Amino acid sequence: MPHTSSSSSAAAPGRRLARLAKWLVSGPPVLYLIVFFAAPAAIMVLASFRTPGEFGGLAPLTDDAGKIDLNTDSYLRFLTEPVFLHVFVKSAWYATLTTLICLLLAYPVATLIAKSAKKHRDLLLLLVILPFWSNFLIRVYAWMIILGPNAALAKFVNGALALVGLEPVPLLFSAFAVLTCLVYVHLPFMVLPLYANLEKHDQALLDAAQDLGANAWQRFWRITFPLSLPGVYAGAALVFIPALGIFAIPDILGGPDDTLIGNLIKQQFLETRDWPFGSVLSIVLTVAALALAGAAAWIARRRGGEALA
Amino acid sequence: MRRRSRWLRAGALAAYAFLYLPLLIVVVYSFNDSRLNAEWVGFTLDWYRKLAGDNDMLRAAGNSLLIGITASIVSTALGTMAGVAMHRYKLRLLPILVLMPIAIPEILMGVSLLIFFVLLNFTLGLLSVALAHIAFCIGFVAIVVRARLAGMDEALTEAARDCGASPLQAFRHVTLPLIMPGVIAGALMAFTLSIDDFVITFFTAGAGTVTLPLLIYSMIKISVTPEVNAVSTLLMLLTLVLIVIAAKLSPSLLRSDLDT
Repeated sequence: MPHTSSSSSAAAPGRRLARLAKWLVSGPPVLYLIVFFAAPAAIMVLASFRTPGEFGGLAPLTDDAGKIDLNTDSYLRFLTEPVFLHVFVKSAWYATLTTLICLLLAYPVATLIAKSAKKHRDLLLLLVILPFWSNFLIRVYAWMIILGPNAALAKFVNGALALVGLEPVPLLFSAFAVLTCLVYVHLPFMVLPLYANLEKHDQALLDAAQDLGANAWQRFWRITFPLSLPGVYAGAALVFIPALGIFAIPDILGGPDDTLIGNLIKQQFLETRDWPFGSVLSIVLTVAALALAGAAAWIARRRGGEALA
Repeated sequence: MRRRSRWLRAGALAAYAFLYLPLLIVVVYSFNDSRLNAEWVGFTLDWYRKLAGDNDMLRAAGNSLLIGITASIVSTALGTMAGVAMHRYKLRLLPILVLMPIAIPEILMGVSLLIFFVLLNFTLGLLSVALAHIAFCIGFVAIVVRARLAGMDEALTEAARDCGASPLQAFRHVTLPLIMPGVIAGALMAFTLSIDDFVITFFTAGAGTVTLPLLIYSMIKISVTPEVNAVSTLLMLLTLVLIVIAAKLSPSLLRSDLDT
């Protein structure tokens, strides 16, 4: 640590000790995360400008003439081959649908918890988050059972379809299975921020609106819903971002048409072994996720300010 | 008003059913005397017996446990430091480093660590998985610890310092005991996250190392046997107990603090 002349006052030893404590406390986690989070991320950015190796991975950094080989080929490939943009759009569409359905399901749950007696709230919340803490793969697997061709649901649906003279449809390995499971896995992320918001609402506002003749529908759309928007945006970000990058759900429950960005990234790293292109896809996904998170935080802050004013 | 609250109740009940029915089905079928997960035939404990004699399964469980314990100990130490630092000091870099791994899709951390380990010639295996798990667990521990500190009276630490305690003594004898429930809750969360993690493990484990989620993945990709139901039920029971304890110790777990 550099020794400056200004630190030679009476309080200096104490201040130096405090600064030392600050470094001792924040240093180890910062160092760990730089090595095992920031450095790998930086290496991935670098890898996206490299040439894929002959046998997978990366080609040597310098070519035969000793020139450093950095290029934007993989980025150009992403932009020029429409199939990749198409997968991105499809992933964004699945994530949007997931977010909207989660919102529809989460609203009654969050409202009920916020309106129930204080002593029940913790239990009701715990019941919402417990599935989130149980193994992710098990929750995906459960839908394999429910939607399986021999399970009661498929028999019922296809029986009903046969009655009206339609062909049977497979429930498993379909977009329906992927979306259902996406909603299932992300629902708690929507309930929590929504509840945190709804809990703070002032009942007096609703009473006043009722006194002024607003019906339940009007009270909801003119008061409750606008006030809950910060919670909605926070929940939407928490659902949309992980849903955008998911790979295990389409991998396990999806059909051949349900390839999403996550599957594409997995393919590039584990099957095709084209690291530069895999890195490009990952970077595009990161930028999209961070931009959305930033936008949600920004809108929530602005709207939150407006709603309070 | 009455009618509206009845609709609300029905909607919420449906959502809770949606959350729990799938898990319940897995549990019920783990006791089902049939190879097909299609209909109830009769009660059996065969699948659990099979599990106990399945060496692959036991090895995977051992690996998961080893990684989980290592990752939770190290990430609890580092995460507690991060939580304390974020509470006490105005830092720019640390909050970003702590929260980014939680905010971005998991697959990104998985693939970037894969590149990182392979380029460094670091053998993929138990250690690379544990190192990766620590990186994403630090944030969760830090958030719980910081929430605990935020609810604490800072004057207590100051009083200890005024009475002549060194910063280390003040932390060891005053702050740490007070935030202990948060620290333990963080450790339990970290262990649960580690033992349940699939995506990051999938990319950092390499070919030879198998954890429980990786084994479950290969089982359900190849052929579904009710043995998966049995191991899933046990795993759910374990995480259920741990998270209920963690939630009791640190009620902030129930708030939407995951994203702050």
